[in-house]
Amino acid sequence: MARVELQNVTKDWGTAKAVDDISLSLEQGEFAAVLGPSGCGKSTTLFMLAGIYMPTRGDILFDGARVNDVEARDRNVGIVFQSYALYPNMTVLQNILFPLRFKKVPKAEAEKSAREIAELVEISSLLDRKPSQLSGGQQQRVALARALIKKPNLLLLDEPLSNLDATLRLSMRMEIRRIQRELGVTTILVTHDQIEAMTMADRIICMNAGRIEQEGTPEALYTRPETVFAASFIGSPPINLLPGELTADGLRIGETLLATRGETNARSVKLGIRPEHVVANGHGIPAEIISAEALGRETLYTARSALGDTRFLEATSAPKYKAGEQVRLSFDAAHSILFDAERDRRLEGVSAHA
Amino acid sequence: MSASSSYRQATNFAVFLGPALVFLLALLVAPIIVDLVVAFTDMAQTVTINEFTTKQFGKLVHASDDSWLGFELRGTFYRALSLTAVFVFLTLTIFNVTFGLILALTTTALPDRLGAFFRAVWLLPRMAPSVVYALLWIWVVDPTERGLLNQLLVHGFGMAPVNMALNHPMALIVISNGFIGASMGMLILTSSIRSIPQHLFHAARADGAGSLSVIRHVVLPALRWPLSYITVFQTLALLVSFEYIFLLMGSSRSTMTMAMLAYTKTLAPGIGSGQYAYGAAITLILIVIGMVSALLLYRLTNMKALLAKPRIEVH
Repeated sequence: MARVELQNVTKDWGTAKAVDDISLSLEQGEFAAVLGPSGCGKSTTLFMLAGIYMPTRGDILFDGARVNDVEARDRNVGIVFQSYALYPNMTVLQNILFPLRFKKVPKAEAEKSAREIAELVEISSLLDRKPSQLSGGQQQRVALARALIKKPNLLLLDEPLSNLDATLRLSMRMEIRRIQRELGVTTILVTHDQIEAMTMADRIICMNAGRIEQEGTPEALYTRPETVFAASFIGSPPINLLPGELTADGLRIGETLLATRGETNARSVKLGIRPEHVVANGHGIPAEIISAEALGRETLYTARSALGDTRFLEATSAPKYKAGEQVRLSFDAAHSILFDAERDRRLEGVSAHA
Repeated sequence: MSASSSYRQATNFAVFLGPALVFLLALLVAPIIVDLVVAFTDMAQTVTINEFTTKQFGKLVHASDDSWLGFELRGTFYRALSLTAVFVFLTLTIFNVTFGLILALTTTALPDRLGAFFRAVWLLPRMAPSVVYALLWIWVVDPTERGLLNQLLVHGFGMAPVNMALNHPMALIVISNGFIGASMGMLILTSSIRSIPQHLFHAARADGAGSLSVIRHVVLPALRWPLSYITVFQTLALLVSFEYIFLLMGSSRSTMTMAMLAYTKTLAPGIGSGQYAYGAAITLILIVIGMVSALLLYRLTNMKALLAKPRIEVH
């Protein structure tokens, strides 16, 4: 199990920058998630860690030793691909044993390890099957067993759950987390699914356009996003972002003036407020419901007001309001997040409420 | 089913499959039937049939009580059969499959443009008219010191000049046919290698596999079906191939394969041509050999599984 560091790593594809000067470090045994949209450079980062791509600039260190020039096969990295990448001509057992072929492990010992790891990922009854005879979830477990059997320094998971159905995804999230804790292997999960990242990882590294937007605990990213991108990417339904102007009197959004606390230098801002923090409790800004979506446990409303279109959640399974109904919306200053509209970064020490 | 829809089915069948059926009947079935009939006649230069007879087969085999089959092969026929077997086996294994595979592996390992360039070079013989290609080979293996091969041997290695056509005729026809034949295998195998998901290569690398292990455990298993196809297809093509043999060696006895024998006895200008019934008998045997080989290879390479249904992975 290794301590992993990336120091000012850049990866260029011709003139395009896939990864742009990123630095991060992972402690031994840590579980980190690299979260970002398609094309943000997260998989490229993962492949650089695996030794499949070479960084254009910067260094990758395992336990303090530079591994830039170390080939993939010599890095002792286990990797689980989105497509699982199982060898179709081999049985499950042969797939799991494959990495040990190159480590010159005696046959009996290798088979014992394979059976142990199969037990751990609960596929002991499938060892004689071919990958095409397995379900997605079973293939995913085989891929995990193959990645873990060589006791890797680092386990890399490239969108491992995205091909699974919702129920299976839920159980596999817990399974992977359990196995990772049991083995204590340093793990990086690459995903575009914020729920996956937030539920599985100790730390989230949010990436956008080849750069790290923010890193921190799932809770920190959700409650104190540093950038507009981090705020909008994390959270479902997404955060309300209302453009306005900070003035000496308060925050002006359209014709409405909201009270502010803290520093009030005039500038363009975006007010971020999560849907669950907007309440329709009879006072505040008048608004008209334009849609109501029953999500099962709660209802998501969109209301049109002087602030613009605002989403809010109510914890009722049946919609309380209908489209066209008038409500009043308010929110608490503690839950408001103000961003500098020019730099797209959070403003410290200032909040607004309605 | 209504009358109009069954009428439409019938017309659709005629419109879509009709031309192919006519083509098959006219160019495949009819010649085989004609060949079958002519083989049992005495047709010669006058292209007339005076009698129906099995005497053409008597030129190839003769009755023998010693043989458990009840007949023995005559010298010419035995020789033609052996030469055909050696020619097909060597060209197929050395060039069409092995060399085609090596070309596909090496050109896909190169950067894209360089790989495409080398593949194009290997395709050039196939694009060139066969006479030009044969002329080039005649110059390469010219027995005097003018020949390219001998220039290399004499000036490059200080060896004595060789006469390939005289001393190594089989090597010459295998190599010259093989250099053309390898490009087909190269093309099919290249596209098959390209269709292997990149993740499998990445996974194998991360699992610790080197280049040779990647070829053995990832590439070769994925090439099983195209290799089977190439083997069956090229075996049949080589069995009836005579063009380059004739252009390079003429009617030489040393390279008189079955296809060459049939050609020489019927259409080749000069020696012994015009024996149409005899040629038809040889061709008939060649057709039977082709069918038996195709069926055997079909079984051996498990082509049924390849042709039966699309091999789509179901999750």
